[in-house]
Amino acid sequence: MKKVIANTTVECTEEGYLTDFGQWNKDIARAIAKEQGIELGDDHWKVIEYLQEKHQKEEALTIRGIKKSGVIDVKTFYKLFPGGPLKKATMIAGIPKPKGCI
Amino acid sequence: MILPDEQKVQLQTKSLDYDILIIATGTKIVPEETEGMKGPMWHKNIFDFYTYEGAKALRNKLRKWKGGTMLVHITEMPIKCPVAPLEFAFLADAFFTNKGMRDSVHIKIVTPLSGVFTKQKANEALHHLLIEKNIEEVTDFNIERVDYENNKIIDYADREVAYDLLVTVPTNMGDPVIERSGLGDELHFVPTHKTTLQTIAHENIFALGDATNLPASKAGSVAHFEAEILTENILRYIDGQPLKKEFDGHANCFIETGYNKALLIDFNYTQEPVTGTFPFPGVGPLKLLEESRSNHWGKMAFRWIYWNMLIKGVHIPFVSATMTKKGKNI
Repeated sequence: MKKVIANTTVECTEEGYLTDFGQWNKDIARAIAKEQGIELGDDHWKVIEYLQEKHQKEEALTIRGIKKSGVIDVKTFYKLFPGGPLKKATMIAGIPKPKGCI
Repeated sequence: MILPDEQKVQLQTKSLDYDILIIATGTKIVPEETEGMKGPMWHKNIFDFYTYEGAKALRNKLRKWKGGTMLVHITEMPIKCPVAPLEFAFLADAFFTNKGMRDSVHIKIVTPLSGVFTKQKANEALHHLLIEKNIEEVTDFNIERVDYENNKIIDYADREVAYDLLVTVPTNMGDPVIERSGLGDELHFVPTHKTTLQTIAHENIFALGDATNLPASKAGSVAHFEAEILTENILRYIDGQPLKKEFDGHANCFIETGYNKALLIDFNYTQEPVTGTFPFPGVGPLKLLEESRSNHWGKMAFRWIYWNMLIKGVHIPFVSATMTKKGKNI
């Protein structure tokens, strides 16, 4: 579906995840974050860059990965993106929601 | 350990040379990964059921347990047989009902995922079962530690869930030999091409089943379907032909729901579980994503098929290695 974020029309899933990372930019990230009630600071950007890098390498995004990343500890990750940090951070980073297997 | 550059497997007293290696070392639970899990209360009021000792200790505990809050808890994904915790909860409901003590047992499933069923259609089709069976769910719970002194589990957001009996699925990891050999990812699973089953790092090493990092379920059916494609690809590799990119993540699982009923799901990397009939389109006799007695009897028949056909390398009747869309309501 189409959605207008930060004055730009983007393609996204029903849940609001961008389907084309090419359409992502920092203004869109800030706007999605705002919808989630998050104001992005330096630590947020570090996490976002880390997630995007992992996603490009097709590596799975997990809480364990965050723990071992050295970018941030898990407690802080939860404080930065309260309530479902991985889901919110990936949405802001413009990458797909991490999937679990059934 | 495995020495890929020398094409050797080093054992304690001797070494074995190889031209082609198939890794099928599986996955193991590692309760030590979670603070407080494998402490003084391990196998006292904290249990796993993925080891013989754990399953037996839990059986003995359940025989004399007087009731209270029982958590069925998943530490982190991936786990072996992802439907097992759910199946355990369903069977526990039937077990306590048959014992006439269901009223004094509170069953909660605690999961790091956003739902007990992670796929949307399965969630829609099966959520009613949780309500009917009075099973509560706690979602998005990423455990930080077990407070075994106060009988509660705590997540990174400082949420607490109290228990009288904690039945947990600890972190699953690949075999330590994979770590020693430097062949694994952070969970010691071997990075593997998801369609060919050749490992990413070494073209003469292949991997099968739970030992891989494939985004498929860690389940017996998956290893079985993989094996058919792996056999063909190894023959192709020996002949110097290109490998077939054929494995599609096909999984097929029965889920016992208690009271002589069961569910059946059939899915792959891209097709989530849906309703339908199986294995004969329109006929069944098994029903997909729906509770039925015939599914339970299918599961019972499968025991015989397992020991008398699968173990001997005979194809499962009417079930192909890749998933079919026939009979599925897509």
